Amino acid sequence: MPPDDWIGFFEWCEATALGSAVRNSVYAFPLIEAVHLVALCVMGGALIMVDLRLLGLGMKDQKPGDLATLARPWVVGALGVMLSSGVLLFLSEAIKCFYNTSFWVKMVTLPIAVTFTFLVRDPRVMKRTLSPMQARILGSASLLLWFVVAAAGRWIGYS
Amino acid sequence: MIRSSLEWLGNTSWSTALLESYYVWPLIESTHVVFLALFVGTALMMDLRLVGLAFRGVPASSFVDRLLPWTRIGFAIMVATGLLLFYSSPLRYYHNLFFRVKCLMLLVAGLNIWLFHARIHRSISVWDDVWTPPRAARVAGLVSILMWSGVVVSGRLIAYNWFDCDIQPQPAWVNWVAQCAGENVAR
Repeated sequence: MPPDDWIGFFEWCEATALGSAVRNSVYAFPLIEAVHLVALCVMGGALIMVDLRLLGLGMKDQKPGDLATLARPWVVGALGVMLSSGVLLFLSEAIKCFYNTSFWVKMVTLPIAVTFTFLVRDPRVMKRTLSPMQARILGSASLLLWFVVAAAGRWIGYS
Repeated sequence: MIRSSLEWLGNTSWSTALLESYYVWPLIESTHVVFLALFVGTALMMDLRLVGLAFRGVPASSFVDRLLPWTRIGFAIMVATGLLLFYSSPLRYYHNLFFRVKCLMLLVAGLNIWLFHARIHRSISVWDDVWTPPRAARVAGLVSILMWSGVVVSGRLIAYNWFDCDIQPQPAWVNWVAQCAGENVAR
């Protein structure tokens, strides 16, 4: 749990015009959630097909680096949609999020997953010679990190 | 007939236990949502290749032969968790407008898959390496993208009771589509 005096920032977030607009509309939150989910599918698909390949599964006829290069724009685009829709959802219920453990699990794992994806699990890294073991570690770390982000995200709605 | 069977199903003790469970229902729901990424995600990647929007240089058959088995695993998990969620509250879902829209889109998506494998896929060796597949394959990819996105959106909206039968008055078309009986429909 974060320090108590951070709550001021969360109160400010909730009072923003965007936050109020989403909160005061019957349809905005559900529809933004739906967009968030469709983007999850695109990003998940683009990540999973490469992660499976790193694990030696799935599209074995392709080189991991080539596949990752072609999948990357879809990861970046979908991540952009997920971040913007996610911020809108957050602004509408920031104070609830402050007291929500799943939210904090997501806020810790999300930057780790993003950093890992763009600095370590990079197509350029995959194009260097990776041992099968290194490739497997890369693929499973990616699957695991994003799984926690997704699961924690869904659980915000329950706790 | 359907209504009374679903009413009976919803009154079985396991259905009630599932609906009232503190952790089991959310865990099944979360599995259903997280595995969207595997099922719809990998399906969309193949669709993008069929439409000609992504994965230039990767043969279409690579998606059908290597990635589709993983899509099928995802589908099996979606069906299993989805049926369990339906079982927790059959009558409510049966009369839910978004659930009906979702089922309709699932049907169209299913027919599209059948059409693709029965007809379009047969000639794949001809257009396997072609960047823009034939029109029929592109249409199949586009229909798939639209239907699965629609399934995701309507599936998410099932949780909202805007158009539920026990919330009246509703526009006449809503009551017609959801087959709301004259009496309020019990959950």
